[in-house]
Order: sequence, then structure tokens, then C-alpha cells
Amino acid sequence: MSKIDLDITLAQKFYHEMLLIRRFEEKCVELYSNQKIRGFLHLYIGEEAIAVGVMNALTKEDSVLTTYREHGQALARGVPANSIMAEMFGKVEGSSRGRGGSMHIFDSKTRFFGGNAIVGGALPLAVGMALADKMLNKNRVTVCFFGDGAVAEGEFHESLNLASLWNLPILFVCENNRYGMGTALEISESETDISKKAASYKINSKQVDGMSVIDVHDATKEAIKFIRSNKAPVFLECLTYRFRAHSMFDAELYRDKSEVQEWKKKDPLLVLQNRLEKLKLWDQVNVVVIEKEVLAIVDEAVQFAENGTLEPVSDLEKFVYSQEVAHEQ
Amino acid sequence: MNNSITYRESVRQAIRDAMLQDERVFLMGEDVGHYGGCFAVSMGLQKEFGEDRIIDTPLSESAFTGAGIGAAMNGMRPIVEIMSVNFSLLALDQIMNNAATIFHMSGGQFNVPLVIRMATGGGKQLAAQHSHSLEGWYAHIPGLKVLTPATIQDAYYMLGLALSDPNPVLVFENPLLYNSKGTLNTKLTPVEIGKALVHKDGKDITIISYGISLFKSLEAAEVLAKEGIDAEVIDLRSLRPLDDETIINSIKKTHRVIIVDEGWKSGSISAEIMARINEQAFYELDAPMRRVCSVEVPIPYAKHLEDAALPQPEKIVAMAKQILEEL
Repeated sequence: MSKIDLDITLAQKFYHEMLLIRRFEEKCVELYSNQKIRGFLHLYIGEEAIAVGVMNALTKEDSVLTTYREHGQALARGVPANSIMAEMFGKVEGSSRGRGGSMHIFDSKTRFFGGNAIVGGALPLAVGMALADKMLNKNRVTVCFFGDGAVAEGEFHESLNLASLWNLPILFVCENNRYGMGTALEISESETDISKKAASYKINSKQVDGMSVIDVHDATKEAIKFIRSNKAPVFLECLTYRFRAHSMFDAELYRDKSEVQEWKKKDPLLVLQNRLEKLKLWDQVNVVVIEKEVLAIVDEAVQFAENGTLEPVSDLEKFVYSQEVAHEQ
Repeated sequence: MNNSITYRESVRQAIRDAMLQDERVFLMGEDVGHYGGCFAVSMGLQKEFGEDRIIDTPLSESAFTGAGIGAAMNGMRPIVEIMSVNFSLLALDQIMNNAATIFHMSGGQFNVPLVIRMATGGGKQLAAQHSHSLEGWYAHIPGLKVLTPATIQDAYYMLGLALSDPNPVLVFENPLLYNSKGTLNTKLTPVEIGKALVHKDGKDITIISYGISLFKSLEAAEVLAKEGIDAEVIDLRSLRPLDDETIINSIKKTHRVIIVDEGWKSGSISAEIMARINEQAFYELDAPMRRVCSVEVPIPYAKHLEDAALPQPEKIVAMAKQILEEL
């Protein structure tokens, strides 16, 4: 979607989806304070452009694996807000029947293979999923999201090597928000240009402005096309920033408030608005209506979760072993 | 019926038959292809099935084990081979945090029908980074199944059973057994996962073991028989699930028990078995339960020290006599 043929319908959709993530996450903070949501809660605020830009370039057949900061990816992939919220309420109507919580959203219908809470832990899985697709001659792409922190893990390097060596259809999406929890990239990496690391494994690799949904979407479309035609992985390093704390327990002692303020000028919602204003398309986006629609979805999700049921304790030992494969992929 | 086949050939035939029957089955691991397997188990299979189904991996235990999990979640039936249980610790994150948890964390949406084979045990003078018996550790983990084939028959059948199981199954093979010979009857009905077998009936004392310790226990039972002690020998076959029923039934008959395990005593599967007997059959016991396990040292290189560190038939015999002397 270049400037010239910018599709206003798609732009409206992007805005809608990013705002939904924003409002959903803001509601989560409130619910956390009210002790409706417990455990760890990691917010995606500031990074919405990446999930929305990437997911809109995929087909239903493609597979998604991601991290513990995954409400945004789940929403953008089409996992119902109701089941995500119910999951965080620990209700049986939740996406994982309340067994996973905020960090472990899974949804077989949208081929959403989980929020993984071990940093780097999903990368080897992505290699295997893509290997299966290759062996079964399926024209699918496996998309694996991870943060800059994962780059320091051995699994990152092992997985990139295998993906390249075996020519696997994987899109690696590195959400570089500059901090692994509270440790800045400069403190943990000798080479802070992450895309270079991927390139060293002979993977087609590039840096993208992760605050621009249009840039992310364009780069992903191009990447998916490359993966499908070349049967080889692509690596996108999306430069982004998390506006909120790492989790609800983070006092943010490691970064300057001015740095956060600086990045907020690049808020993905603002960036899209500015882009559309320049193209004189912004007045076609009805923000008031979108805001209303989004709030309705979030409110309904909260109602759904509130009204949900708790799984009986007598079912506690379910889902440890199964008698048969539940969903043959 | 095939007379005189080795354990190694039995495993190889199991892999081969599984691959012929199901196109989703493939083997992946270090040196499984061109080299033929570090213990020559997969020798010749790459020639027969090609590089796409007998896949040589780099030394990336975590990534290729995780890849096995991902492939299993996405429609394949992988067999991952890890050279030794000590190396499997490099993949422990994937085994524990992904393979064992994803079915549960996803509320029953995604299965991991994966088989991981690895070598376990000492006795080859390979010292403290190649000789340990950590299968008991893995048996701690809900979500995994842990199998320990000791016989030629189980070496063949357990792989097929593991592959048809929708859960992640770990299969522990002791390399000292690879050259053992026996009879393989492929016309029998396989004995299900989780069922222990009584290898020798007896009335005086129960010896519970698995893997290579089964043969040490049978050897000890022979010596004991000459001295008029009739020992019953049980092969657990599976450490998770554990067959409580077979264990307890035997205790009810003999009222005395030794557990033989190449793992260390502390926090071990042998301790778990004792705890279960205590919970379920305490009043059946006529003497305290005893164990013959590895001495609590990293397994040493020197032969005399390694031999002294591992369970041996003489130690089992001595322990049995000691128990029978107790009132």
C-alpha cells in the first residue's frame, strides 16, 4: 500500500484494530487494579502497529506464534475479545479455558499457537511448524513474534540457523522495543542492529518503522510474497517502543520519562492519522464512530468475562494427557 | 518371527516400520543420517528414506527438539533422537516448558504427539557428562510419558506405541543393551504403555527395576534361587505412568521389596515408588523397603570406580539377604 494507492477502507480497518488494542489494554489496567485480572499482565500499548500491520497481510491458513505480550496479536489475528478477556478472568469460556491466563492465549480456529512466556521459547516451535508445512506441501507461512530480549537467547540463533539452512517458510518478526524487561539493548547486545544478526544467517532481513502500521503492512506483504515464492525465511526487525511499564510490577526506574514522551510523539495512532491527513484522507475516518464501536467491543468482553463460569475444581486434572489428537492441523 | 535380533536392530526395525506405515513419521537428530546414528541405530535408514525424512541436525538440541514439538503440533509425527540424556538438558526448556505444557495451557486445543528417544545410563567409562540416568527427573513432569524399554520386544513395540500416543513420549534406551540379542515376535499384541511386567514370579521378595537394571535384577534372582530365596522380578517399563497395581499386588504376595535404579537415591523414582508403597501397602510390609541405586557421585571414569558407583547383581543379592534376615 504505497502513498498513491492507499486503500482508505484498509486504513480505517487499521485504525479500528489499533484503537481496539489500545482501549482493550487500557481496560485491562483498570481490571487489574480491581483485581479481576491477576498474575502477570504485559501491555502492548505503543506497539499496536506491528500486530495490526502483520496480521492483515496473512491468510487464515498461516500460523502465528508469539510471546507473553500477546493480547494485541490475538486481537489483530481475530481471536474474539470475549474469549481473551474471559481467559484473563480465569473463566472456562476463556480461549484456554482459564488454564493459560494473559500470557497464554491459544486459539485453534485462527491458528494462533500461543503466547509463550519463555523468552525465545516459541522460535524452535516455529521452525518445526514450518518444517511440517514444507513436508506436507502446504502453502502456509509460520509467523513468529518475539522481542529484542530473545536475541540474546541461544534458541534465537539455533532457530535462525535451522530456518535458513532448511529453507523454511517462516516470517520472523522481532518487536524491538529497546528493552528486555528493564535492561536496555545497549547493555545486553554487542551488536544492537538485530537485522544484521539475521542477515549473518543468510536470511533476507530488514529494519522497519514499527510505529507505522502502513510500513509494517507493506513490509510484511512483501515478505510473505518472498517467502511463498522463494521457500525461504524473512526477518523483519520492527523498531518500536512500549509506552507502559514492562508489567504491572515495574516501577520503570531504568528509563527516563522524557524518552517515553519523545516516543509518544510517534504513537502509531498519531502516525497513521498524520499520514492520512497529508493525503487528505483523514476526514474519511470517522474517529467518533470507531471509538464507539471499539468501546462497545471492550465493554461486551468485560460483560462476557464477568458472566463466565469457573471450571469446577473436579476438572482440575483435565488437559494433562489426552486420548486422541484434538485438532489435527 | 525373527530369531536372534539385536536390541539395536529391533529399534531400527521399529523406526523403519513406523516410517513405512505413516508418511508423517520422520527421524531428526544429531548424526542420525550420514553417520548412521551415534550408536548406529539408524544405520542405512537415510539411504532408504532420503535426507528429508532422516534429517541430520546441527548441534542445536533446544532448536531441533523444539522443532519436533512444532512439527508435532502441525500435523507430523516426529521422532527426535538426542544422543544422551545428559545432552537433553540443553533441550530441557523445550521438553518441560513447551512439550509438557502446551496441551494444558491451550485448554486442550493443541496436542504434541512427539517421540523423543535418548540414550541413558553408565557403564561405558564415559565419565560424568555422558553416563547419567536422569529418566526419573523426567518422570516428575505431568504431561510427559516416560518409557524404558529393556527387552528386544519392548525396544520394538514401545516406539510404535509412543508414536500412536497423542502425548509427548520420552523413550530411554541404554546403549549397553544395543548389542543384546533375543527374539522379536512382531505378531504379538503390544503390552500397553503404563503396564509393568512380572519377568519372574517369586514369593519371598520383590525386586522392582527397569531398563538395564532388569537384567542385573534377574541375574541376582538366579543367584538367590540357588540359595533358596525365591525373588519376584518386575520390569516397570514405564516410569510415568507408574503401574501401581502390579507393584502393590507383588508386595501383597512377597511383603518385602528392593528397588533397583541406576538413578541416584535423592529425590528419585525409587523414592517415589517407596512413597507409593508406603501410601498404599504399608501394612503389607514385613521388612523396611530397601534400594540399590547409584552411589551419589557424578559417574567416574575409572572402571573400578564406575562399577562401584552403579547397581550390580552382587549388591542386589546382598541387599535381598539383608532384608530376609530382618523380621
